[in-house]
Amino acid sequence: MTSNLIPPAFIFILGSLLIPFLKGKTKSIYMLLIPVVAFYILMSIPHGKIWVCEFWGYELIFGRIDKLSMIFGIIFILMAFLGILFALKVKDDLQNVSSIVYVGATLGVVFAGDFFSLYIFWEIMAVSSTFLILASRTEESKKAAFRYILVHIVGGLFLLAGIMIYYSKTGTLAFDKIGLNGIETYFILFGIALNAAAIPLHAWLPDAYPNGTPTSTVFLSAFTTKSAVYLLVRTFPGTELLIWVGAFMVFVPIFYAVLENDIRRVLAYSLLNQIGFMLVGIGIGTELALNGAISHAFCHILYKGLLFMAAGSVLQMTGKIKCTEIGGLYKTMPLTCLFCIVGAASISAFPLFSGFVSKSMVVTATVNENLVFVYLVLQFASAGVFHHAGIKVPFFTFFGHDSGIRAKDPSWNMVLAMGISAFLCVGIGVFPQPLYNLLPYTVDYIPYTGAHVVGQLQLLMFGALAFALLILSGFYPPEIRSINLDVDWSYRKLGKGAYIILDKGLNSLNKWSEIIVINTVKVLAAFCKDTAAKLALFISVNLWLIMGFSGKRLEIKKLRLYNDIMNGTLPIGLGAAISTIFILLIFLLT
Amino acid sequence: MKKELTIFDNPKNVKIFLIIFYVSLVVLLISEFFIHPHPAFAFEHIKSFSAVYGFFSCVLLIFLAKILRLIVMKKENYYDK
Repeated sequence: MTSNLIPPAFIFILGSLLIPFLKGKTKSIYMLLIPVVAFYILMSIPHGKIWVCEFWGYELIFGRIDKLSMIFGIIFILMAFLGILFALKVKDDLQNVSSIVYVGATLGVVFAGDFFSLYIFWEIMAVSSTFLILASRTEESKKAAFRYILVHIVGGLFLLAGIMIYYSKTGTLAFDKIGLNGIETYFILFGIALNAAAIPLHAWLPDAYPNGTPTSTVFLSAFTTKSAVYLLVRTFPGTELLIWVGAFMVFVPIFYAVLENDIRRVLAYSLLNQIGFMLVGIGIGTELALNGAISHAFCHILYKGLLFMAAGSVLQMTGKIKCTEIGGLYKTMPLTCLFCIVGAASISAFPLFSGFVSKSMVVTATVNENLVFVYLVLQFASAGVFHHAGIKVPFFTFFGHDSGIRAKDPSWNMVLAMGISAFLCVGIGVFPQPLYNLLPYTVDYIPYTGAHVVGQLQLLMFGALAFALLILSGFYPPEIRSINLDVDWSYRKLGKGAYIILDKGLNSLNKWSEIIVINTVKVLAAFCKDTAAKLALFISVNLWLIMGFSGKRLEIKKLRLYNDIMNGTLPIGLGAAISTIFILLIFLLT
Repeated sequence: MKKELTIFDNPKNVKIFLIIFYVSLVVLLISEFFIHPHPAFAFEHIKSFSAVYGFFSCVLLIFLAKILRLIVMKKENYYDK
């Protein structure tokens, strides 16, 4: 089936090309119109396979439209709109263009029905997002962007290798549920899991994202990881490995989030923790669990975007984002503070906020499958999320010690973008039904039961009590200007070490080989040069001895002959005489 | 310049906030007796299991985080050296 409408991915990617040529209000309106047009197209296309075309004998499917791709398409376009609104006053076209190309590539990934087009969009996504990190134009961001792209190239190559083996085995590039069977599926899973920042392939995320600009991090937080979550739902539902990876992921990053000083890095670690919940859902693979993972991704994009917007606003207005440098900002940034608290309540899954209606589906799915251990880990992490993202982020930013900074709320567009996101977070939390209607499987789940609400509130509020008591008693780990080592140590330090070892090892090998070869040649050359002289001396000296020379005269004659041969200053006549005798001898003897 | 919010500068307000917080905790514990329970696992039959679990989760979290800090914390310029 074909459609005469342009795929949303191309609306964004082609649409971005015009941006550098526009100015002022026209530019702002144009940029906001891109997601609006894309959304209109998305709403008017039928389900099924559309935008199918032939390319070098491969069948490319740019539009696999079903409920699963649809819900991700909707949230990505919605988030694109909010992100563009938030970044509306950014003058830097590098950011404007690459963020919109980035969104387009993500939509391309979501709607791709074959591996070929998927891979192309996958790589565009990696490259365009790299520019969003580079956009800070600091030394740190340059290095982080370099590490980011290297890691993603590795992930992309794994995916490509997997795709090639998959194609040679199945003879088709079209894909759907794959599951773990055979080497190629492990390669594909590796590639996707790297983009999902699944532990231990996660270190690029807390390394790179906090180095973005105040606005670009909002885009970064939404698209790469969640498009990978989408692909995992599509290709690896019910893969048990993901339950354990997910459980590990909800658990470990919260410790880092507690210790971290940079607010945006705290948010990056809590992002990992939230993806853990999604992976657990995908790993369980029942309808309820998958619905939970998908709806959690949906809500997560909104509240995490909102939290990064709040952090971005603080960074934009104060130039600072470390716990040790900020605090007490509620006095002059009340709106940002309010929206941040809404985002924090949503990520903590407070009743009446969006996280509550989505995360609890995953938790309930673990109950239904009788996974006691995973259930306990998830509950532990839920309390932990409230602790670091729900309390720590707003507390240390807007309350805590008064830093003396008196920055105002940011410009209207940033406030509006945060306001809409906050409104949606509360809206979904209060009326989850419209979200449930978008989910691929029918939902007969009721989040608001007395036991669930009270149980969740107890978990969170007594977690808060622990926070309060620990802060008041001074046991709480103080904020320290520091960094915490993560897996990226392996390529940042070990890598450096390996480089040094290779440098010292291989280069000294080089040096030694050079010495050996050169000396051998030297000796050989000297030997060859000497031989003629020595031979001549041997013959001449014997001759001279017979002729009766001895003592000093012999020495002088020897030295003269030697020098003459070495310097090539033998009388020409002698050479000519020898050759003549030689020719005469040949003539006589033949 | 706009007037600043200074509500938490007053220790009295902080105290009121904390009192509201503590009261809400008590309310949460009491309210458990008025709802229809449907525990996920056997151990959730215990009253206030979630409260205890939430509290000790956070204490454990901080405790382990402090230990982790001993291992992973480095100076900010660690990677630049």
